[in-house]
Amino acid sequence: MHLFEILQKEILCPSVVRMVVKAPLIAAKAQAGQFVILRVSEDGERIPLTVADYDRIEGTITIIFQTVGATTLMLSRLMVGDSLQDLVGPLGRATETVGLKKVAVIGGGVGTAIAYPVAKKLHEQGAEVHCVVGFRNRDLVILQEEFSAVSDRLITLTDDGSFGEKGLVTDALRRLIETGENYDKVIAIGPLPMMKYVSLLTKEHGIKTVVSMNPIMIDGTGMCGGCRLTVGGQTRFACVDGPEFDGHQVDFDEAIERSRLYGEQERHAYERACNLFGQEVR
Amino acid sequence: MANLSPKKVPMPARAPKLRSRDFLEVATGYTAEQAIEEAGRCLQCKHKPCTGGCPVQVDIPSFVAEVAKGDFAAAYEVISRTSSLPAVCGRVCPQETQCESRCVRGKNGEPVAIGRLERFVADWHNEQADVPACTIAQNGRRVAVVGSGPAGLACAGDLLRMGYDVTMFEALHLAGGVLVYGIPEFRLPKAIVQQEIRRLQKQGLHLQTNMVIGRVLSVDELMEQQGYEAVFIGTGAGLPRFMNIPGENLGGVYSANEFLTRVNLMKAYVPDSPTPIRRGGRVVVVGGGNVAMDAARCALRLGADKVTIVYRRSAEELPARAEEVEHAMEEGIVFRFLSNPVEIVADDHRRVAGIHCVEMELGEADASGRRRPVVKADSDFIIDADAVIMAIGTSPNPLIKSTTAGLETQPFGGIVTNEWGATSRPGVFAGGDAVTGAATVILAMGAGKTAAEAMDKYMRQKNQ
Repeated sequence: MHLFEILQKEILCPSVVRMVVKAPLIAAKAQAGQFVILRVSEDGERIPLTVADYDRIEGTITIIFQTVGATTLMLSRLMVGDSLQDLVGPLGRATETVGLKKVAVIGGGVGTAIAYPVAKKLHEQGAEVHCVVGFRNRDLVILQEEFSAVSDRLITLTDDGSFGEKGLVTDALRRLIETGENYDKVIAIGPLPMMKYVSLLTKEHGIKTVVSMNPIMIDGTGMCGGCRLTVGGQTRFACVDGPEFDGHQVDFDEAIERSRLYGEQERHAYERACNLFGQEVR
Repeated sequence: MANLSPKKVPMPARAPKLRSRDFLEVATGYTAEQAIEEAGRCLQCKHKPCTGGCPVQVDIPSFVAEVAKGDFAAAYEVISRTSSLPAVCGRVCPQETQCESRCVRGKNGEPVAIGRLERFVADWHNEQADVPACTIAQNGRRVAVVGSGPAGLACAGDLLRMGYDVTMFEALHLAGGVLVYGIPEFRLPKAIVQQEIRRLQKQGLHLQTNMVIGRVLSVDELMEQQGYEAVFIGTGAGLPRFMNIPGENLGGVYSANEFLTRVNLMKAYVPDSPTPIRRGGRVVVVGGGNVAMDAARCALRLGADKVTIVYRRSAEELPARAEEVEHAMEEGIVFRFLSNPVEIVADDHRRVAGIHCVEMELGEADASGRRRPVVKADSDFIIDADAVIMAIGTSPNPLIKSTTAGLETQPFGGIVTNEWGATSRPGVFAGGDAVTGAATVILAMGAGKTAAEAMDKYMRQKNQ
C-alpha cells in the first residue's frame, strides 16, 4: 500500500471531485474545520484543502475540490490506485461547536463540501441544524443527500433557479432570521463575497458568525505569512490562527484583493495544464 | 616558509552583470592550486586562536596543513570530526566574525581564507566517487529529531555516529530547513544540501517529511507511543515578524520567508516554473541581515528593474555577512541607509504602490551596543514600489510549545534550555533558532552537537 493512495474517486458534478485517500496518521487526528496541504507532483504547488470527512478505523480522509487551477486539474486526473506526491495535516484549528444548540450552516459552491462535516458534527451533538446551500446552477449542486441527513431544515438555492429556489443564500438566511429563527451562531463557508454578505447580514441582527478563510498559503505552519489577513484590526495567519474567524471582524475587501494576487499567473498555468492534456489525448 | 602575501588568494566569482540575472552560484570556489597557495599563508599557531572562534571547534590549523600538503582527503577527515556540514558552512558562515577574526595573519593584512578552504575541501570530497556507507555499531535505541535544518542535521549526524537509531521529522516536503527554503541557490546550491542529507541517510537516518510535530504527532506521542527515548527540537525561528505599520497586508507585500520559499523551495527560480511570484518591477526590501540580502538578490535575478534595500541604521551596522553585502552592491542593489518605513502605500486595488519612509540619525548606543536610530524631523520620502519584502527577522514557531505541556519558553517564544540543550521536560532537548531566536547556521549546528552529547549522556544514565 502506497502512502497517500487514492482509494475512491467520484465525480460529484462536472467540476467537483471527491477522493478518499489513505492517510492513517491524518485520519487519526482530523476534526471538522481542519485542513491538509497536498502536492500532486514533484516540483508541484502546495495547495490547502479542507478535510471533508475522515474514517479513523479505515485510516482514510476525504477531500472534495473544484478544478479551478493547474494543480486541481492535475489532481482531478489522478485515478484510483494513484498516489498523491505529498500530504500533510491535519492543520489549523478545529471548528468550535461546544454548547451550540441551534445553528445555521451556510455553504456556497464547493464550500458546501467543507460546510458538510461541520453540519454533521453539530447534528451528531444534538444541535438543531438549518442548512442553506447555494450554487450557480443545477449542474453544480452537490451533497444534497448528505445535507438532508444532517439538517433539520435544508434550503437549496441556485443563482438561476434551475434547482431549488432561485436566489442567493443571504436571501434565504434573511428570511429565516426575519421569520423568527433564533440562531446561537451562523457558520458560513464559501466564496469570499458570500461570506462577506452573510456577515454583514448577521451583524445587523447581532448573531455571532464564523467564516472559514481559504487564502493563498504555502507551508501551513505559520512560516511564510502568505495567508495573513486582518481580523479586528490585527494581523492573523489563517493557517495557525484559523482557518475560522469571527465574520464580523474579518476585513473581507482586503482578503478579496489578496486572493486575486496571482490571478493572471494562475490562469496561465491552468491553460498550460489544459494544453498538456490536449496533447495526451491526441 | 609560509606564503607571506598579506592578501587572501581572491575567490573566483562570476561577473556581477552575468550572475545578477541567473541563479547559478556566484562564488565558484578555489582550484586545488589556489587552495594550496592560500593554505600556505597559515602560520600554524600552536595555540590555535582560529579554532576558538569556531562554534563547532574545527581543528583549523590541522586541516589547513593537510591542504597545504595537497592531502585533501586527510583535510576532510579533520573537518568532519567536528563539523557535519562543511560544504554548507564554508559557504554561509560569517567567518569574518568567527575563525578568521582571530587569525594572527589578520593583524597585519588579511586573515587566512579559512571559509574558502573549508568549502574547497568539502567540495573536493563531494566530487570523489561515492563514499561507501560507514558501518557503525547500532545500539538500537530510538531518538527523534524534530526539524531538518542545521541544528537537527548536526544533532542527527552526531547521534548516528554514536550508534543511535535516529528518525528526523520535517514539516515540509523536503528536508534541509532554512538551507532549502531560505538560502538561495546562487549562494548555497541545493544539490549540496541534498548530498549532505543523503549521506546521513546512508548512515542510517530515517527521514519523515510532511510531518508537522505538534499536529500530526505531539512530542508526548513520540515519547510515549512511538518509543523515542529522547527528542531534539530544532524547529528554527520560522515565524516572520512584521513592523505593524499600515499597509503591510496589501497585495505585493511579502515576508522574506514567503518570498524566499516561493523562490527556493517552490523553485520559482526555474524558468517556466508554475509557482506564482511577483517578477520584475521595482522591489523594496526592508532589513539589513543576510535574509534581506538574499531576498534583494533573488528579486533582481527574477528580473526586477530596480531593487532597493531600506535599512534603519548605517552601513557599519549591517548585520549581514560582509561578502553578501559586497556582492549585493556589485550587482547593483541600491542601499537606502538610515531610513525607516512608516507606511506601505496602496494603489486603487489595495496593492503596493510605494513605501513611505522617514530618515533616521544615530543616537546613543542601545542594549545591543549599536547606536540607536532616531527619527529626523520632517524627513519623509516615498520610494515607488511594485513589491515590498519585509526581512526584519523571525521568531520561534509556537506550534511545539502550544502542544507540549510543561515545555518552558521565554517571552519571545524561545524554548528555555540549560547550557547543554536540556529543556524543562526530561528527555526533551532543543537547540538552534528555536532556542535563541534567529541566529546563524553554524551556531545552530553547534547547539545541535552539544545537545547530541547531552542526549547520549541522558540515555546512558536513564539506562543504569
